[in-house]
Amino acid sequence: MIAGEAEVLLEVMDLSMHFSARDGAWGRVRGLVKAVDGISFTIRRGETLGLVGESGCGKSTTARSLLRLLEPTGGRVLFDGVDVLSMDARTLRAFRGRAQIVFQDPFGSLNPRSTAGGMLEEALEVHHLAGDATGRGRRAVELLELVGLRAEHAGRYPHEFSAGQRQRLGIARALSVEPEFIVLDEAVSALDVSVQAQILNLLSDLKADLGLAYLFIAHDLAVVEHLCDRVAVMYLGKIVETGPAERLYRAPRHPYTKALLSAVPSLDAKFESGHERIMLTGDPPSPMNPPSGCVFHPRCSHPKKDEACRRDMPDLADCGEGCFVACIKERSRLGGGA
Amino acid sequence: MDSVTRTEADETLLEVRDLRTYFHTRAGTARAVDGVSLRVERGESLGLVGESGCGKTMTALSVMALVPSPPGEVLPGSSIRFKGEELVGAAEARLRRMRGNEVSMIFQEPMTSLNPVHSVGSQVVEALRLHRGLRGREAAAAAVELFAEVRLPDPEVRFGEYPHQLSGGMRQRVMIAMALSCKPQLLIADEPTTALDVTTQAQILDLLSDLRQRRSMAVLLISHDLGVVSAFCDRVSVMYAGQIVEEGSAEEVFHHPRHPYTQGLLASLPGRHSRGTRLPVIPGVAPSPTLWPHGCRFHERCPLVMDRCAKDAPDLLPVAGSDRTARCWLESPESAAAREDTRA
Repeated sequence: MIAGEAEVLLEVMDLSMHFSARDGAWGRVRGLVKAVDGISFTIRRGETLGLVGESGCGKSTTARSLLRLLEPTGGRVLFDGVDVLSMDARTLRAFRGRAQIVFQDPFGSLNPRSTAGGMLEEALEVHHLAGDATGRGRRAVELLELVGLRAEHAGRYPHEFSAGQRQRLGIARALSVEPEFIVLDEAVSALDVSVQAQILNLLSDLKADLGLAYLFIAHDLAVVEHLCDRVAVMYLGKIVETGPAERLYRAPRHPYTKALLSAVPSLDAKFESGHERIMLTGDPPSPMNPPSGCVFHPRCSHPKKDEACRRDMPDLADCGEGCFVACIKERSRLGGGA
Repeated sequence: MDSVTRTEADETLLEVRDLRTYFHTRAGTARAVDGVSLRVERGESLGLVGESGCGKTMTALSVMALVPSPPGEVLPGSSIRFKGEELVGAAEARLRRMRGNEVSMIFQEPMTSLNPVHSVGSQVVEALRLHRGLRGREAAAAAVELFAEVRLPDPEVRFGEYPHQLSGGMRQRVMIAMALSCKPQLLIADEPTTALDVTTQAQILDLLSDLRQRRSMAVLLISHDLGVVSAFCDRVSVMYAGQIVEEGSAEEVFHHPRHPYTQGLLASLPGRHSRGTRLPVIPGVAPSPTLWPHGCRFHERCPLVMDRCAKDAPDLLPVAGSDRTARCWLESPESAAAREDTRA
């Protein structure tokens, strides 16, 4: 584990983001949507943490709350030891110079009326980087080249780029403020396989060259396995399992992780004997009305599932080798757990 | 490959030959589909894979005679035969009968194909009325039966619900129920699971393979996801730049790809094997349909390019020792002989 000894850069403790659901904008509150419900994780310098799970499990809300693009309703976020949630406007701006985000659809997050060079220069100006206008222009070209674009692209508008080039531009903009940490929210999900491979290589190179830490959010499990050092699996607002990527993919412990991994159609699955597919029944329940006890119990196929699962939501318990799992039955199997 | 004899052709459910679908735009003529040939036998599943803009969807829409015209045009000389009957140039009434009763299509995003102001039950009843002439209680009962067949939980309850009340997976099940209402012999599924989560995707693929077997229905599955196609399909055709570049059994194509494009695509898939390494990348970008390269359309990005590749466009050539084809000069008898020589 390359990042094993590095210092902790980001520490998320018991983070929650609850929304009140109303009938229309002025209607009465019908209930609480616990989009993120008390999750904790850490990311070390230079480390990549993968956050996986299905639509609506709270991955993106987690990312937005820890960057304070949303104001979380509970918990603590420490970035380099400083409490992010209590920052005032000025320190928050300085924080955003160190922590950036890249979204899935670069077209939706790039200003259509600004040239590639123009938007990079604007970011530099806002953060008082690269000196005067000439310096900013020079730095913009450097950034374009850093992500595999060319100087002549500086004068072009977003619509003149291909999807892969636009994602490079989104990454260049994130890099413009020289961050230490970047959230990649489904950053390669909309790309074709051959373009995706190029962007994944770019991300690996930047990580190696600049020592960046990533929170890599994706629903594609193969991409996460390729890129990430550690992985956290989310289900209905909670982290149900986390551990080193290699270990988690090889021997998943939580029944949801097992089902998720087995559902991935791989090129070899059909021709491989012994590939056991676990078919989940039904859809994930609504986060407004989560099941009692373990959030996964209505769909769980664990042979030992019983009353306790319907009653208690287990915490993440240490099960060795850096793995944590939130399943009573897996914990007891390991002899009492934490 | 041997010329197709009459008896074989009679057995083929769908046979597309030299299909060319062009779009006349201000930016020039986009040759979206440019000489595609493929066949789907009864009850078989064929996967059509390729990246954005390679012409997969336009191939499917051409088969359904749903290409908007103008600006689109299926060129004379193209042939689409369904059970031996030519559909290119057929009367609109005949095409409507084909679409209604013999061939159905489902799309990526069911929300855009369902009417938001009608209950899903009434939309399936509508399909049953149009295609099977069922009315009233009889039609409602048949719709509930279809909902049960596509494994919608509580089919009677779902009948009265509206699209926005259903999850993405359930909506796709409704679309499949609607597609089945006319008892098609061929189902064209265009990225049917792309918008769905991986566990829901597994459920829908499982349902489709089950239906395919039970109804002996052929499926033409269009997908950019090589894993999905490999898991679902018997045979696969790989498309690049408006053409089929490789065709064969799913196992052979995915495990021993012949065309350099297929090889590059498979190599660039991330996963366990690639942890901590850089992924092999196909250099360059996909060409534009208004300006396909001369010669082999892949030659500018091909690591194995030879002199003749830039000049002459290869046909789909048979791969020695197997029943598949690849559009690559490396499969020519001369190249094969040269390989033998170097080995000897």
